[in-house]
Amino acid sequence: MVTRMSGFLLNRLSQSIVLLVIVSIIGFTVLNLMPGGPLAQFGLDPGMTQKDVERLAAQLGLNRPLWIQYLDWAWRLLQGDWGHSFRDGSSVLAVIGRHLLATLLLMGTSTAFAIALGAWVGIRGATHRYSLFDYCATVGAMVALSVPTFWFGLIGIYIFTLKLGWVPAGNMYTIGDGSVLDYLHHLILPSLVLSLVHVAIWSRYMRTATLDALSQDFVKTARAKGVSERRILLKHVVGNALLPMITLAGMQLPSILTGALVTETVFTWPGMGRLFLDSLGYSDYPVVMGLLIFSAILVVLGNLIADIIIATVDPRIRLG
Amino acid sequence: MASGIQAASPVDVALSVRELTVSLPEGMERAYAVENISFDLKRGQILCIIGESGSGKSVTANAIMGLLPKAIRVSSGEIRLDGMNIVGLSADKLRSLRGRVVSMIFQDPLSALNPLMTVGAQIEEVMAAHDVGTPASRRSRAIDLLIEVGLPDPQLMYHQYPFRLSGGQRQRVMIAMALALEPAILIADEPTTALDVTTQAQILQLIRDIQRRKGMSVMFITHDFGVVAEIADYVVVMEKGHCVEQGGAAQVLKSPSHLYTRRLIAAVPHLTGKDRVALDAADREPILKVESLVKTYRSGSALFRTQRIVPAVNGVTFDLSSGRTLGVVGESGSGKSSLGRLLIKLMESDSGSIRFEGRDLAGLSEAKFRPLRPKIQMIFQDPFASLNPRSTVGQILTVGPVAHGMRYSEADERARELLTHVGLDSGAFDRYPHEFSGGQRQRIGIARALMFKPKLLIADEAVSALDVSIQAQILKLLDQIQRETGVSMIFITHDLRVASQICDEIAVMHRGQIVERGPPSQIFLAPKSGYTRELVAAIPGEQPGSMPQHEGYVENPKQGESL
Repeated sequence: MVTRMSGFLLNRLSQSIVLLVIVSIIGFTVLNLMPGGPLAQFGLDPGMTQKDVERLAAQLGLNRPLWIQYLDWAWRLLQGDWGHSFRDGSSVLAVIGRHLLATLLLMGTSTAFAIALGAWVGIRGATHRYSLFDYCATVGAMVALSVPTFWFGLIGIYIFTLKLGWVPAGNMYTIGDGSVLDYLHHLILPSLVLSLVHVAIWSRYMRTATLDALSQDFVKTARAKGVSERRILLKHVVGNALLPMITLAGMQLPSILTGALVTETVFTWPGMGRLFLDSLGYSDYPVVMGLLIFSAILVVLGNLIADIIIATVDPRIRLG
Repeated sequence: MASGIQAASPVDVALSVRELTVSLPEGMERAYAVENISFDLKRGQILCIIGESGSGKSVTANAIMGLLPKAIRVSSGEIRLDGMNIVGLSADKLRSLRGRVVSMIFQDPLSALNPLMTVGAQIEEVMAAHDVGTPASRRSRAIDLLIEVGLPDPQLMYHQYPFRLSGGQRQRVMIAMALALEPAILIADEPTTALDVTTQAQILQLIRDIQRRKGMSVMFITHDFGVVAEIADYVVVMEKGHCVEQGGAAQVLKSPSHLYTRRLIAAVPHLTGKDRVALDAADREPILKVESLVKTYRSGSALFRTQRIVPAVNGVTFDLSSGRTLGVVGESGSGKSSLGRLLIKLMESDSGSIRFEGRDLAGLSEAKFRPLRPKIQMIFQDPFASLNPRSTVGQILTVGPVAHGMRYSEADERARELLTHVGLDSGAFDRYPHEFSGGQRQRIGIARALMFKPKLLIADEAVSALDVSIQAQILKLLDQIQRETGVSMIFITHDLRVASQICDEIAVMHRGQIVERGPPSQIFLAPKSGYTRELVAAIPGEQPGSMPQHEGYVENPKQGESL
């Protein structure tokens, strides 16, 4: 069993490395295909001559052929040097670290909320199929999925900030305050807005999975044994229905850490999503590449963790 | 209904069904799932309800268990358990009866067990659901039950998950579960249909033993008269929701009074020890010569030493004369279906040769083999899944030949001709597969295979999903087609009775190898290998001593299936 597991991990690791290399090559190439290149912004700066720009490029190694730049970047990455931001010269890892906690707070809260509520709505929709509740949940999910998140964000700010004045319009904390309550106060609106879409997705998947489990023969067996409906639901249906959800959760893991571009921007939340947008805007290539690799690693990890969890809870599945 | 219902004194009757009518939701093909049926299950007896699909036998069982789906309900009549009418009882009262007074086992023991719970936990659940015993006493009772149903190593079995068990073992677990609270009545809904024939024989034996030992009353639902002959004390025959005949087993089986029963019994394939009459005596060239064919399934990665190796076909050698039928029989996992897929090159063999009309197919590339494909055609098991639901029958029939260069007008004409030939209306051409019954779809499947004028037909369990009366018709059709076109056939089946009907020669497969090959007379009357003997002995309803002079399948005057 141990050898089987380590064999599986070795196998997965080798696949992941290939995947990461491919992702980084594509990312690096596409990024450098953008017109202008990283120093384009200085071209508009009246204080910088063409010569200054060229000197800067030579200093940063940007005048070398692209493939050498890539190999150099990759080699440093392997040694733990993710490069330095063009903007302020601080190391990429430090920049990511500064934004990671904010995103983790926002995404963690909203994802936990979304999974709990989505699972509940889905299970209830399946057990009370075609009831008023089920119809409302279905329509609600469709609305949440078809309306863009930023719109919900703006409507939320309009109602709860401008009209009702219950919550702040943005930022993670009030400057000068920073108590736990203050953080929570700022967290409520963005995390709720963010979780809307996820509740919708989770409830739809969970409803289907629950219906599927309900129609299984073993549920009929349990009824034939005289087991109560409540216990059938908890012990036989939900357990089996949650299995496919683990894969879904694994796919969501990266987004918990890489953040939400739009929501973070709407609520001026200092997280990874905004960092990505800002870095793109400043052509801060080292940070953009760092974020790309970071999220690629998370995708790989998320799927791996999901597979391992499924293998632990489902006796039928052996890794290998 | 010549015998009527004998008035039994209530004390002798464990379960009494009186004028039970179960209505179906509007818009179904009939208004009632079962209509006005009455029968008594006497204490300590086995009552078999037999009928074809759609006869209402399972609905009857579910009505007794109080497990009908919401849309279907009992509209009138009584179901008396120990004298108490349970129709209209509250859900809670019904729940307390289930598992305690009446238990049920199902057809597919794999899907009927929760994959995420251990065997022991699932057995204990019955007792826990009815607040019987303590965790410790339930546990020891569960182990006792595992011993009682004859499972090896009950201590280990207790901690096993269902997927690790074989089909027969799973059904034993189901039985253990059903027996946990010593119910008065056991309802068995086709409990052996999904099992191999030797396993079926063991499970039937187990049910009978337990029933005798405990004096339990058993209601056994089946479509197989062989099983009825093995196990029944009393028989109820159902057709389209009606009870057409009931009576003692000997009486119903030997001198059935109702026409439907007679037809059903006549349609049951029996072992014939007689060899098939040769089409003509002339020496025949073998059309297919297979030599030392090998296929091994590999999964996992060789690189990290996690590989699993399963030899599916292990050195199979046989030949087939043109115009003859070779039966390939075996239990699940014997490699018979893998063999079929190798022959039609849906799968590449590892080694060995497949000489078809003198050419070795095994080494041919897909491109080289493609022109030969029309000559080898397959008829599939599942008449529902093997036809594309989005194509009309006409498209299904013509797309292959047109792809191989037949002119569309010619294909069209041939398709309409073949549809009538296989017993369908030529109007079927423009209709979709879902408009046809299982038997009709299998006729479409046969017509599709014949479009190419094949030299070799491979039928993989082609009649296994069909009711016996339909089965008999399809077998007859295949036989007729062979006589007309001289096509050779490889008939893959798990059912030895069916094989004995249609095959000139039978190859018995076991663990990827052919253990015995010979004409039906040898296989069924004088088997040489021990495994064949075991298989033949396990066939339900056939006593080896009294190998009868049954005719082959019986001519069915009414093509009940055609449009």
